[in-house]
Amino acid sequence: MTKSRTLPLSKRGMNFETLMWYFTRLSALAMYALILFALIGGLVMGARNQMNFADVMRWAFMPNSTHVQSTDVPDLAPWATYFWRAVASLLLFVASAHGVHGLVVIADDYIAGSTGRKIVRLLSIVMLASITVIGAYVLWTS
Amino acid sequence: MGLSRNVSLWTGLRYKGQGPYLTFILHRVGGLGMGIFVTMHILVSFLGGSVGTFLNDVYKHWAFQIFIFFCALFHAINGLRITILDLFPKLIEHEHEAIWIEWAIFLPVFGISALVIVMTALGG
Repeated sequence: MTKSRTLPLSKRGMNFETLMWYFTRLSALAMYALILFALIGGLVMGARNQMNFADVMRWAFMPNSTHVQSTDVPDLAPWATYFWRAVASLLLFVASAHGVHGLVVIADDYIAGSTGRKIVRLLSIVMLASITVIGAYVLWTS
Repeated sequence: MGLSRNVSLWTGLRYKGQGPYLTFILHRVGGLGMGIFVTMHILVSFLGGSVGTFLNDVYKHWAFQIFIFFCALFHAINGLRITILDLFPKLIEHEHEAIWIEWAIFLPVFGISALVIVMTALGG
């Protein structure tokens, strides 16, 4: 097998794209931490006899109390606290920043013209930024 | 940066990149699937109304749950593989083995989850 040429991370140049490259990977790890944390919350909440698999998954991927309204968990008040809203908001912000960059990368790959790329780039950023604000509003008012 | 493309879209679609290309394309499908789902879901939870009720029914359907869980789980496991290989660049030589490990984790976890989702939907 031919040996692949690699450059240590410390010897690579730093610009915005490199920074976003790092961000995409590190935010993936952050989401792993947040989702596993929320998953533990879901297991504590009532996975043994009050929630089914889909309920636990809904809570794990976004710990918002309206996500588990339809379960048999007797009291949801301890799960609608500032703490869990903050966890959910953090997950929302990290995920949407990761997602905006993903959309921009995909647009760059499939749209060859520079004007089209700029338009789709701007649309992706505006769309996901506004969705993040709306999402945060829903999280803190539900 | 020169971004001129000298292959047609059709040629691009017929590109036979095998294992790594399959994960690449599924990663995009999963990412876009989650992006579209989450965007619509947030909008609907904000707007409510009859469109909201209809979309929530779609989201509760077992077939949709299997689709979105495929997107999320594959994107997560493949993303972890990419993260590990990228942050430790020397491991890139073992990319094909890493992809086999990835499928060995993804297929049983997804298979059991899909089974549980269908069994719950059928009232089991």
